[in-house]
Amino acid sequence: MAQATAKAPTHNEALFEYLLRMGDNSLVLGHRISEWCGIAPALEEDIALSNTALDLIGQTQMWLGLAGKVEGAGRSADDLAFLRDAWDFRNLLLLERPNGDFGQTMMRQFLFDAYQMLNLEALKTSSDQRIADIAAKAHKEASYHLERSRITVIALGDGTTESRTRMQAALDAHWPYIGEMFAADAVDIAMTHAGIAPDPASLRPAWDGIVLPALHEATLRVPDGDFAHRGGKDGVRHTEHLGHMLTTMQWMQRAYPGATW
Amino acid sequence: MVTTTTRPTTDEIREWLDAVPDPEIPVISVIDLGIIRDVTWRGDTLEVAVTPTYSGCPATSVIAMDIETALRDRGLDKIRIVTQIAPPWTSDWLSDKGRMRLEGYGIAPPQAAGGPDRCPQCHSQDVERISQFGSTPCKAQWRCRECLEPFDYFKCI
Repeated sequence: MAQATAKAPTHNEALFEYLLRMGDNSLVLGHRISEWCGIAPALEEDIALSNTALDLIGQTQMWLGLAGKVEGAGRSADDLAFLRDAWDFRNLLLLERPNGDFGQTMMRQFLFDAYQMLNLEALKTSSDQRIADIAAKAHKEASYHLERSRITVIALGDGTTESRTRMQAALDAHWPYIGEMFAADAVDIAMTHAGIAPDPASLRPAWDGIVLPALHEATLRVPDGDFAHRGGKDGVRHTEHLGHMLTTMQWMQRAYPGATW
Repeated sequence: MVTTTTRPTTDEIREWLDAVPDPEIPVISVIDLGIIRDVTWRGDTLEVAVTPTYSGCPATSVIAMDIETALRDRGLDKIRIVTQIAPPWTSDWLSDKGRMRLEGYGIAPPQAAGGPDRCPQCHSQDVERISQFGSTPCKAQWRCRECLEPFDYFKCI
């Protein structure tokens, strides 16, 4: 069936892919920030990151649970999370990048939270009620995350020379990964036409409206250029970091298949 | 065996559930928390619709188990707990009794303004935020500048 895969996706295939993107974004970022548990720079930050991770993993269960239903092959959210390999993941490249320092982690969080909040807001009116319901729930949490990541980015950017230098470096490092959030492919087009999801490009002006003033307030310089790394949300070219992350995240199910609590 | 003539009314069942404590904040019940969205008899099976507070709250599965155990202790044997995510839970659904008990327990109840209106210990209004997050997904950390005590604030969401 090699020829079939080259064709435009059927509605159900596109829907499944789209749900994987939603689930994998929250799963991969949720796992990444959970890596801070116990080692964050301050207890309050440690707790905040762990709580954010918890929200994201909770959202993952809803998105991947629905993805499994849509696929109709009997795979559960856990199966999808723990038994797929790197090339089957559909998360944005930005989210699989290593945490770096605390500034890099919070900058990535802010850039994604702004996007996620806007995307979920649009998904609340999805033509697919199941998606609208999950989005309504997740949107509340995403808005709360954004409130915190925005304040933190401003405080650290407009902070000491050391913190400002680190935040600028973080912004410069993440910037080439922003474009993938707003670039539509065949899956996005199918979802937009079906009224299920917004055109990703349509979110950019509102994202700029949140992010640029905050970066300005943080005294940070917005990098030039709009080069965008691609390959995460279609799974074509993940970075080498995702596989390393999965070896840790999936270790238990790989070593002891089917193990339960 | 529960029959239509002997089975308890849904009002009675809600009263029973009002005695099931939240596992993290035991001074309030699952009814106070506003997470019991529906109690219905479907034939001889009792269906209880529960909504999660936060998507990833680890207490959710414990709560479902506690509800089932409490109902079994009352003699019900056919119980179905269903998760209902829409409409999403809001802290507006906390009962007045629950809000009072939270404050008595040292947790400032949620306010539409987004922060506590006073310190739950000394009632001073001179309070400041330490962190937007706290010991459970539903709480944030604040501090009173009058009595200097840190305290939990039940997040408004």
